[in-house]
Formats: sequence, C-alpha cells, structure tokens
Amino acid sequence: MSQNTLFDKVWDLHKVSSLPGGSDQIFIGLHLIHEVTSPQAFGALKDKNLKVKFPNRTVATVDHIVPTDNQSRPFKDNLAEQMIETLERNCIEHKIKFFNIGSGNQGIVHVVAPELGLTQPGMTIACGDSHTSTHGAFGSIAFGIGTSQVRDVLASQTIAMNKLKVRQIWCEKKLSNGVYAKDLVLHIINRLGVKAGVGFAYEFAGPAISALSMEERMTICNMSIEGGARCGYVNPDETTFRYIKERLCAPQNKNWDKAVKWWQSLKSDENSIYDDVIKLDASEVEPTVTWGITPGQSIGINKQIPHLEDLPPNDKFIAEEAYEYMGFKPGQSIKDTPIDVCFIGSCTNGRMSDLRVAANVLRHQKVSKKVKAFVVPGSEKVANEAKQEGLDKIFKDAGFQWREPGCSMCLAMNSDKLIGNQVSASSSNRNFKGRQGSPSGRTLLMSPAMVAAAAINGKVSDVREFLNK
Amino acid sequence: MNPEFNPPRGRIYQIEGKCISLIGNDIDTDRIIPARFLKCINFDSLGESVFEDDRAILRGKHPFDVDESKDASILIVNSNFGCGSSREHAPQALLRWGIKAIIGESFAEIFYSNCIAIGIPCFTLPKNSIKDIQKYNDNKNFFLEIDIKDSCAKSKDLIFNLQIKESSRKMFLSGEWDATSTLLENENLIENKFNDLPYLKFNSNYF
Repeated sequence: MSQNTLFDKVWDLHKVSSLPGGSDQIFIGLHLIHEVTSPQAFGALKDKNLKVKFPNRTVATVDHIVPTDNQSRPFKDNLAEQMIETLERNCIEHKIKFFNIGSGNQGIVHVVAPELGLTQPGMTIACGDSHTSTHGAFGSIAFGIGTSQVRDVLASQTIAMNKLKVRQIWCEKKLSNGVYAKDLVLHIINRLGVKAGVGFAYEFAGPAISALSMEERMTICNMSIEGGARCGYVNPDETTFRYIKERLCAPQNKNWDKAVKWWQSLKSDENSIYDDVIKLDASEVEPTVTWGITPGQSIGINKQIPHLEDLPPNDKFIAEEAYEYMGFKPGQSIKDTPIDVCFIGSCTNGRMSDLRVAANVLRHQKVSKKVKAFVVPGSEKVANEAKQEGLDKIFKDAGFQWREPGCSMCLAMNSDKLIGNQVSASSSNRNFKGRQGSPSGRTLLMSPAMVAAAAINGKVSDVREFLNK
Repeated sequence: MNPEFNPPRGRIYQIEGKCISLIGNDIDTDRIIPARFLKCINFDSLGESVFEDDRAILRGKHPFDVDESKDASILIVNSNFGCGSSREHAPQALLRWGIKAIIGESFAEIFYSNCIAIGIPCFTLPKNSIKDIQKYNDNKNFFLEIDIKDSCAKSKDLIFNLQIKESSRKMFLSGEWDATSTLLENENLIENKFNDLPYLKFNSNYF
C-alpha cells in the first residue's frame, strides 16, 4: 500500500469517515459541472427534497453541446437549447456561479477551471466528466464521477469511494524536438495498456515531466483515464505556482505565501512508497499516431501497423476488430494515410500552447484542398488570447476554419461530425468507434502539431519535416 | 427490452434471470450509448438506444436484438467493459433495457462505480469461466441465479464463485449503494472538514 505520496496526503486530508461497507467518504474541495451530466443530478435532489450543501464549492460552465459556428440563442438545436436552459435555471435556483457563453470565461470545463486559478494543488476535484483527471497536473486529486455521484456532491460535498493504489510513472531524459506531451502520453498508454490503470492513480514524475509546462502536464494527466487510471497527477513545483499566480481565483497577497508553503508540503516524500513504479525514457518517444479503436493502439510515425503475432495475447481480439473497422492492414505504414478532416481542439489539446505550436507549423502554408480543417479553441479566454497574438489569422490564412469554444468534434454532441467513414486527424483523446459523430467514422489521434502537418499534406505526416525546414 | 421500468431500490440480495452475452474487450461507453443520445435532461428514453450503432450494423443480429435475449437481465461481458467516459447514461441505458447485473472479466473504473451507484451489481470471473458461460449462452437460454451474500451464481448444472469488491457487496446487502442518505448522516463531520481544510481558508470569496 502506498505511503507518503501526494495522493496519500491529499486523500487522508479529505477523508470524512470510513463508511460501513469499507469505502471512504471523501470531501470534494472543488466541484465542476456542465450541461450533460448535471440535469439528472439536480432532478434527483429535487426528488429527495435536498438542497446544494455548499453552493460556493461548485462552478459551472457549458461546453459539450455548444455549437461552434453560430452561438446565438436560442440554439438551432432544440435539445441543446433545452440543456443550456436547464443548466442556467439550476445555477440560478441553487446560487451556483455559472460561466455562460459571452462571459469571457466560458469554455471546456477542464480548460476553464485551471485558467481561472480555481484548480490548485492539494484539492480534491470532481466533475461529471472522465477527463477531470486533467486537473491532477496541479497536484490535485481529480477524477470523473457519474451523475449519481454529482448528486451526492451537490447534496453532501462528499462521495463514497475506495482509495486508489498509486503507480509512479517515471519519465527519464526529455522529449526530443517535434515530440510533445500528447506523444508521450500516447506512448505511455500504448506501453501499459488501456486497462492497466484500473484501481490506480498515476503519478507522472521524472526529469521529462518536470521540464513540461502546465499545459503540457494537463495533456498528460488528461489522458490518464485512457490508460484506465481515473486519476493522474504531477507533484506541484515552481512551474505550477507560477502558472496559478495572479489568476482570478488564485490566493491573493498574504494568502499567496501561505498557500505556496502549504502546496510545497504536499509533494510526495522522497522516501514515499508506491504500489508500483514504471520507468521509461522520454527521449525515445517519436511523434505518435493511433491506428486503431482504442487510445492504446498507437505507433511511432515511422512504424508499421503491428501484425497480430507481434501483439500480446490479450490485445489480439481488439486488434482484429480495429483492422476491420479502420480498413488498415497489418504491416501497413501509418505515414501517408489520407486524411479527410483535421480537428484541433478539446480538453486534451485546445489550449494556447497547442494553438501556438500548430500555428507555427501552418505559417505560410496551405491546407490540402482535400481536407476540411477546423480549430476550436478550448475557451473564450484561449480564443481571445489567440486573436491578440494573431493566431486566428494564421489558421484562417492556411485554410482552417476558426470556430467558437467548446468540446465540438472530440465527441460530436454538436453539429461538428465526421460523415460516413471519413478519416480524421484529431488532437482529441478518444478514437473509439463512432466517437466523432459518424458510426463508421475513423479517428487518428495525434498532437496538434501533427494535425497541422496532416492538414497541409492531406495525409499523415511527420511534423519534424516541417520544423526542420 | 423490458417495457416496464422499475428502478432497483433498497437491499439487493439476489438476482435471477436469463443471460445475454456480449463478446469483445474494451467495449467503451460511446458504443454502449453514442454521444448524440446524451442530449437529454433525463434518462427515461435511453433503454431503446443502448448499443444503437452496433445494432444498426448487425441488422437484428446483435445480442440485444435477437429473440433469445428477450427478457434477459444478466449481462455477460469480457475485459475492460465500459471504458471511456464517465457518462452514467451508459449503465442507465443498460438498466432501462432490463439489465440487473453484469458479470465480466473486468470493468473500467468509473463505469463500475456508476453501476454500483444505480444498483447494478458487477461481478468478475476468470476469463475461462466467462468463456464457458458465453459458450452455453450461445446455444440456448442460459439462466443464472446470483446470490450476493455468498457471491455465487448457480445455473441448472454449474456453480460459479463470483468476485465482487467487499465494499460493494456490503452496500448491496445493506441498501447503502444508494449513497446520499448515508453520506448525509455524517453532516457534522462534513461541516468540520469544510472548516478545517487549509485551502478553503486562503481561498474564500472567489466571486
């Protein structure tokens, strides 16, 4: 059993009681809600005649269903309109702070909370969304919950949960040029498998992780869940504190020093004990692309799609399913695979640094005529900052559509969808069958820089060839 | 598909019913309920859309469509079932279709906790036992009687020793899987925690 890790410290700090069944009752320091997984929870509160216990500890925004072309109200899609209205009504009724469209702070919930300074080290953070693991980048214990648990958090600010084991993923050396946090996390998931993390929190550590910016750390922690780990985190350091300082909800003045001192005390101790430790060399990671229907089915850009006999026994079944669905043959190169749609955005890769890297590749270039390409900033704040830097112009000049913030084609709950069996190069997090809105649509996950390169060439390409020009 | 929906309530000791097998690893929540069906403000109509896209491809031959699975209530799955998103819509869709318990090689974590929270016990069995059930189920109607107290499942001629997290098993037997009221019993402790957490002191008055 793990001891003295950040996870242990934060868990113990938030433990309210041991429940009769043996699980722990855990206090949730920050609860984030959005329009998809909250309406039924508010409905259940009403049915049980309960109120929201600490309305100040819940913050709302709208992201999954928002259109990215025309955001004027009422939305064209009646169901989407009904969902945003329900959230608006629930937030007013229960006195919950809501960052609505046009507030300047609306966006994907996992982009918005960090940029507001709401996400801080040492917190427990829950949200009815599996990518809540993103917030672990700050040294918080953050995890996705279902709607019944959203109800429990609203009613009691606590949930019942079994303590997780802790696996440290130690990343030696550093990423090479043209290789990004997305490539590293895809590599980790490929190596450990999509279910290795079940029952674990992942602690990402080592020189390669320390060297990452907060946005890059968020990309890594965001995809913990794709490796089966409900929660992933990085120990807080100066990079963390620098990011938080002076954000809207950051501790101010004297409180800042107190906060930093406390945050520093939370790091995993040098002699802490882990349930498992994995070491890998980050310098060996290549630009990575998925070829299959789980985020674990990925290869380096210059590699071939694996043959059945090269895969572990447990991976063969899903590999066969993937060959058939994707229309790929074992042994085929992933490079030069023709692309129909390019999508840059999502809670994984929809932040400023992602847009900067992609824009850098696209500068003075044109998107292939065969490709529909669009960029969806992660939040209104990202969109505004990008415009100030002129990134929107670079994208538009290259032939990308510049859209309004939201989750968009990461899960295609709005009108941004693949059609038929189109192939997309996507900076998002899931390549499941049908994920991007068409039951036969095919998704290749990659870094935003790689999406930009694919957009220019109209096929999967090695972004390093653009960077070295 | 079960036309009359009665949500589970209170203590759950025993579940008996016909099995329905779904073969495949890593069946994700987008497949269980595609995202377009998440555009709703209640779970009521999800049952009919469960596995919608997989079923459309198989045109009537999907396990959730064939005659033999009519009235089935125990779902048999392989490994990492329910991976992907936290959408409770996935187990809610299964529940509303008529699923009352799931037996599999392994489950994704959030899916598992969502199942517990809405009263669907999830059990694990070794790969070979799952294969056995799926083989039996392939040829004929296969009925199981699950006893949660003893964690076992019996058919006419077979007995399986099911695995379930001890905390989940106890919650079903006591009825505490419906957690809200249990959590609220500790109201004082919750208040104390709220007053004690360091960051709630240096983070007051956000907005």
